[in-house]
Amino acid sequence: MDLNERPVHELLELLAQGAIRLEEVLADLEAAIRARDQEVHAYLALAEQEELLRDAYAKSQTLLRGLPIAVKGNICTLEFPTTCGSRLLEQYRSPYEATAVRRWKEAGGTVGGITNLDEFAMGSSTEHSAFGPTRNPWDLGRVPGGSSGGSAAAVAAGTALAALGSDTGGSVRQPAALCGVVGLRPTYGLVSRFGLVSFASSLDIIGTLTRDVRDAALLLSIIAGGDPQDSTSLPVPVQDYTSQLRPDIRGLTVGVPKEYVPGQLGAEALALVDRWKAVVEELGGRVEEITLPLTEYALPTYYLVASAEASANLARYDGVRYTLRGVGRGAAEMIAASRTLGFGPEVKRRIMLGTYALSAGFFARYYGKAQKVRTLIAQEFTQAFTRVDFILGATAPSPAFRVGEKVDPLAMYLSDIFTLPSALAALPAVSIPGGKVGGLPFGLQLIGPRLSEARLLSWALALEEALS
Amino acid sequence: MQTVIGLEIHVQLSTRTKLFCPCRADYFEAPPNTLTCPVCLGLPGALPVLNKRAVELALRIALALGSEVRERSVFDRKNYFYPDLPKGYQITHHDEPLARGGRFTFFVDGHARTVRIRQVHLEEDAGKLVHVGDGALVDFNRCGVPLVEIVTEPDFRSAKEARAFLQELRTLLRHLGVSSGDMEKGAVRCDANLSVQVGDRPGTRTEIKNLNSFRAVERALQAAEEYHRELLAAGETIAQVTFGWDDHADRLVVQRTKEQAQDYRYFPDPDLVPLVVTAEWLARVRAGMPELPRARALRWLERHKLTPAEVEALLPEPALANYFDRVAGELGDGKTAASWVLAELRQYWTGEEPPLPAEDLVLLIRKVGAGEISRTTGKELLAEAAQTGKSLPELLARPDLVQLGDEQALVQVAQEVIAAHPQAVADFRAGKAQALGFLVGQAMKKTEGRADAKKLGEILRRLLSP
Repeated sequence: MDLNERPVHELLELLAQGAIRLEEVLADLEAAIRARDQEVHAYLALAEQEELLRDAYAKSQTLLRGLPIAVKGNICTLEFPTTCGSRLLEQYRSPYEATAVRRWKEAGGTVGGITNLDEFAMGSSTEHSAFGPTRNPWDLGRVPGGSSGGSAAAVAAGTALAALGSDTGGSVRQPAALCGVVGLRPTYGLVSRFGLVSFASSLDIIGTLTRDVRDAALLLSIIAGGDPQDSTSLPVPVQDYTSQLRPDIRGLTVGVPKEYVPGQLGAEALALVDRWKAVVEELGGRVEEITLPLTEYALPTYYLVASAEASANLARYDGVRYTLRGVGRGAAEMIAASRTLGFGPEVKRRIMLGTYALSAGFFARYYGKAQKVRTLIAQEFTQAFTRVDFILGATAPSPAFRVGEKVDPLAMYLSDIFTLPSALAALPAVSIPGGKVGGLPFGLQLIGPRLSEARLLSWALALEEALS
Repeated sequence: MQTVIGLEIHVQLSTRTKLFCPCRADYFEAPPNTLTCPVCLGLPGALPVLNKRAVELALRIALALGSEVRERSVFDRKNYFYPDLPKGYQITHHDEPLARGGRFTFFVDGHARTVRIRQVHLEEDAGKLVHVGDGALVDFNRCGVPLVEIVTEPDFRSAKEARAFLQELRTLLRHLGVSSGDMEKGAVRCDANLSVQVGDRPGTRTEIKNLNSFRAVERALQAAEEYHRELLAAGETIAQVTFGWDDHADRLVVQRTKEQAQDYRYFPDPDLVPLVVTAEWLARVRAGMPELPRARALRWLERHKLTPAEVEALLPEPALANYFDRVAGELGDGKTAASWVLAELRQYWTGEEPPLPAEDLVLLIRKVGAGEISRTTGKELLAEAAQTGKSLPELLARPDLVQLGDEQALVQVAQEVIAAHPQAVADFRAGKAQALGFLVGQAMKKTEGRADAKKLGEILRRLLSP
């Protein structure tokens, strides 16, 4: 019956009608995982089938009826190790669970497994996992994007109904685009970070990877809302985003920044963008070409801010706790040896960069300046939103690239150029499947003003319906 | 040559919970690693949430020191690696502290000295290493315990001044109810910096870390002063060094030199939002401020005419000071209250609670004052009540005491003494005044010291007068 290929909201409806039974959903999921996960390697850990069934029965009368989601390996759960894709945390089990996971479970959901990621969410291809790369279900020779590549690939492969990911500079949206699923990055602070292992605290947020826009609304309704355990979470009450969905863009103005559709996208992608614009107009919206000239500064700004915060956030992995310990005479040598042994090259690169950016004598020139540019980028968006209702463009500059293709770190960083600016500005953004380029999924990104999720998802739904 | 000293004092706040998590803050004698949670252990994904009570206690300190409280302050991360620092950074106010400026006046050898305060800020404590064999164990209980750091300007001119300042600062902290102030338990820790200025040229500073007693502060600073003066006298330059203090060996130990100076890479902690102290919040804290020890001392000197020695004895322990104020207030006689509290009651005060309720002491003092019981009896009753926990009003109700209080009983004792000592009676009648003293003494002996000697004297004189 391929129930594993259906969105969560449909399954809930079928379950409510009694048209299907939960064990059928779980059986289809298990079959898909058996058939595909060995080659895709989306999962780092999987729940026991019997346990999922037992949980599901106990929760059959709840909102989510015991349906499982996949959770990215940097979000704490009680049931599985939280490895962050790192050797350093290979054995680490969290004694508490993330607020988002707790809310999912309290609503009657379960956790089906933990997904692969670039180590500590640093990367755009899920090749930087200590436990091996994840592959793109559309083409196993290609990457699924990253860092939430495991979550995106699992949904695309039908081995998860939906998944949680985390987005620091594009880590939900870019893999969603490359795997042909929907990836939502909410407004910074709308979902609690409590239990999300910090990479760059001022940018990190938990987002969703789903089969369609309605599921994004459904998941967000459950995990969003202020949390007293996260001082940076916004005091926003829990709300039902699904009931607020109005797929209607008549009379709205859609801004298309020229920086988000540069010539190097290639003819096929540019033609796709033209189709998106035509669809907007067919739906009664107005397309306005705009410019966001600070876009080119987003990449250096992001890598300074995020790396600086990461250099402090990752200092706790010192060999004193968390099982992996290097050998050295005295504490300093032991700490250095542990970190040398435990971290992969990309993580080390960013710790070095961040440490340098914060050093005495360089702080003002790098970190301080980056913060100022960040403010300017946010102002540029605020300005743009006085003229347009939302911003549309490509999610990533190319469809999925080949495994091992991007050896140069900078080439890898460039795959996030369209997702970084809105992350720096703390804005909500969603990537939906926008068509194919070279036979591979190509993502359409919509960016909205702060806390505009209900509207943003409505517009995304309108485009999703028109494009499918 | 002029010695110049500045202090950084870390005050452990007596909040119930830690600065950023709900763990109990009173770690003294708790078994290792029993007062921890994901937040203070810095476990992956855990986030700090600021304890408002700690902010209020820090504000009390800032207000008491006359510091200017800043409406917006920002917690920074101070980055360094050490096994007792689980996050690899300490959360502390740095560039934008809680309060700036202020001053504090204290007395050295009876002379007032005032030093300026540079800033007052909040930070979290680190854990503790316990060295065993050639390794070390870590106890994270202390992690996240709230500290207020008070930084002074380099206004001290001697080790003695620094010590006197700290002693009075401790009294202030105790009266504010913000800290136990116990240096021996690490509730107040002090870092000092010292330089010796020759003419107008400022000297090179050396730092001394972690001074954990008044004596250590004074001795370490004296040693540092000698070190500077000797090198300067020999024409040598002084290196920028950080010392520790070895209490047992009574000497300075070099901890690190300038080449090893740390770069802490401070930056605002993105896990926390700026701390905003509104005018209303500050006003509420100000309204809840207890009377400061300086004001209390002046009040006692002026209103109660206490001696400076009495003030000094009553002031350091807020519980004793409060007790005295209650007794003095009810009695309406501070002098008498002070003499009873200091000479009699204080010796029995060992625990947290007073050995005798204040109203009982007032009752006792009144009975003695009215001559119903002797001072000696009063002291004995106080001792008995304090040591056995018996109720003083019950002790006062004992039949033998009541008899001694009333005139009739004393007259009878006096008549017995007169009958038993005819010679002394004759002597007194012959004009030997000291014979009365002998008779009073005999009467006191008969009552086992429980009668009021003055009253007995009056009665004897009356009975013997022609």
